[in-house]
Amino acid sequence: MRTLLAVFRKEVIDNFRDRRTLGSALLMGPLFGPLLFAFVINLSIERSLDDFDRTMELPVIGQEHAPNLMRYLRSHNIDVVAGPEDRAAAVAAVTLGTIDVVVVVPGEISEQLAAATPAKVELISDRANTQAERDARRVRNALNGYSRQLAAMRLVARGVSPAVLQPINVDDVDVSTPSGRSAMLLGMMSYFFIFALLMGGMYLAIDTTAGERERGSLEPLLSLPVTRDQLMLGKISATCVFMAVSLLLSLCSFYVALKFMPLQQLGMTPNFGPGVIVAAFFVLLPFVLLGASLMTLVASFTKSYKEAQTWLSIVLIAPTLPILIVSILTLRPQLEFMFIPSLSQHLILVDMIKNEPVNLTHVAISVLSTFAIGAALTWICARLYRREGLLG
Amino acid sequence: MIVVNDIHKSFGKVRAVRGVSFDAPDGKITGLLGPNGAGKSTTLRVLYTVLQPDQGSASIDGNDVVTNSLEARQRIGALPHGAGLYPHLTARENVAYYARLCGLDKNHIEERVEGIIELLDIGSFADRRCKGFSQGQRTRVSLARALVHNPQNIILDEPSNGLDVMATRALRELILKLKDAGRCVLFSSHVMQEVAALCDDIIIIANGKVAIDGSADSIRERTGCDGLEDAFVRSIEMVGED
Repeated sequence: MRTLLAVFRKEVIDNFRDRRTLGSALLMGPLFGPLLFAFVINLSIERSLDDFDRTMELPVIGQEHAPNLMRYLRSHNIDVVAGPEDRAAAVAAVTLGTIDVVVVVPGEISEQLAAATPAKVELISDRANTQAERDARRVRNALNGYSRQLAAMRLVARGVSPAVLQPINVDDVDVSTPSGRSAMLLGMMSYFFIFALLMGGMYLAIDTTAGERERGSLEPLLSLPVTRDQLMLGKISATCVFMAVSLLLSLCSFYVALKFMPLQQLGMTPNFGPGVIVAAFFVLLPFVLLGASLMTLVASFTKSYKEAQTWLSIVLIAPTLPILIVSILTLRPQLEFMFIPSLSQHLILVDMIKNEPVNLTHVAISVLSTFAIGAALTWICARLYRREGLLG
Repeated sequence: MIVVNDIHKSFGKVRAVRGVSFDAPDGKITGLLGPNGAGKSTTLRVLYTVLQPDQGSASIDGNDVVTNSLEARQRIGALPHGAGLYPHLTARENVAYYARLCGLDKNHIEERVEGIIELLDIGSFADRRCKGFSQGQRTRVSLARALVHNPQNIILDEPSNGLDVMATRALRELILKLKDAGRCVLFSSHVMQEVAALCDDIIIIANGKVAIDGSADSIRERTGCDGLEDAFVRSIEMVGED
């Protein structure tokens, strides 16, 4: 126990003095998530909010043929401007992307409208261009609105109620709560926590294994009268502490960052108060041991600091896989999922953020199974350190 | 007292050591001499227990290096070839870390570390971080670290590598001091003059085998050469390339 403490103390002090370790553990991990998150959220809020208030320019060919339609478009914040010379030029311009949307109004439209026969209006756009497609959709809606208005007027003129055109009136009832809607976007928060937690221990895991070997300090260390199990346990516990601190900082930085994000505008109210932070910390804590032992194990096999970095960046991505698969398939939390590390923590966190009742059996299985896997990996690390091949 | 009994060690197809035996008694300096790649380092690594012999045995003060390795390590201070320090710790912290790992009594650690710092004349840079130390400074701190638990047996793998004249001289004096204190000092080198000047017993290793051993005089006598250098070359030739 004394040896273990001595190793632990030394690794903590040593790595606290290393700017790279400290930077990645206590800055990079906890800040990367909230910053990226704030960026994504603000971008999506901007996109979704300003769309309909913004005046857009719409090039129209043959606007003189339908002055009423042009007036209608202008009243919907669509500024009609002169379009290209002809249809062919318009298609070419849209294909090149110099113009997003062009409307072509043919000359015969005034007679067709007067005769109440269907009139053709062309909307030229590139569906593959998502930015342009948003404008096209807006123009399409405006044109449909004008069409409905004309139809209603025609019916009224013939003494028929416009209501006959709407046999069914669909009314959307959305049962999702503001917290629930948050979960979709905020679901990625759980990955940021796992990422921050792993970043917190990454350089320690490398430094205590591949780094120690590369510096040539491993061999004298192994020639001391201590068992290798104790050395290994001391190193893994130091890694765990850095990871836990990084996790805690990350949770707190998210708490602060969410306060500055205009999430209400997106109809979201994440349930992420101090209580949830504490609960989330303990749900993720078993993952700390698992991450520390996994990274130490992987780094032990590598020959150099650089090689360890390469392999550990793969370990950083690995926890996203189960989360990604389940998100794509939109699976609900099930008992079996609780045996899968990272996925179980993700699902429990999402429930917490959604402010839904958390299944305590699920939490128990998640905590125990993740902890068991972590303990098993730690044991394998200790075994590995008994091998002489370790010295490379 | 170190006893080596017919040890063999291979790495894959490379047979690094194939039957090395010798004794290194207390109160004497024993030198392992041999060309690069002769098997000196491998032999020493078996002795400080980071490698296990494929065959044969070795013991430190009667403790087998395989079956009783913890006890054997307690009695060794080892300076491996190219030993590294922790760059973010000061020299004093590096030494104190080893003192703690060796299980020294808490109340005596500071005193002991201070003593060893004085012995190795580290004082002027003891509280600087080891990053950027010269080779000589690094070797001295590594040595202090290896000796901090006052081991009976001292194993040094090419300790004078990269040291300047003054540092080599200081190292030589230290080794003699350890000898006078009744310790068993075993060190390897490929520099003949150094071995000849210091060692009571010389073991010449070539191709993983002991070519010849004994005092400098007896080696000269048995090979029929006047100079030790000729004797060295001669004995290596005797082993052959097989």
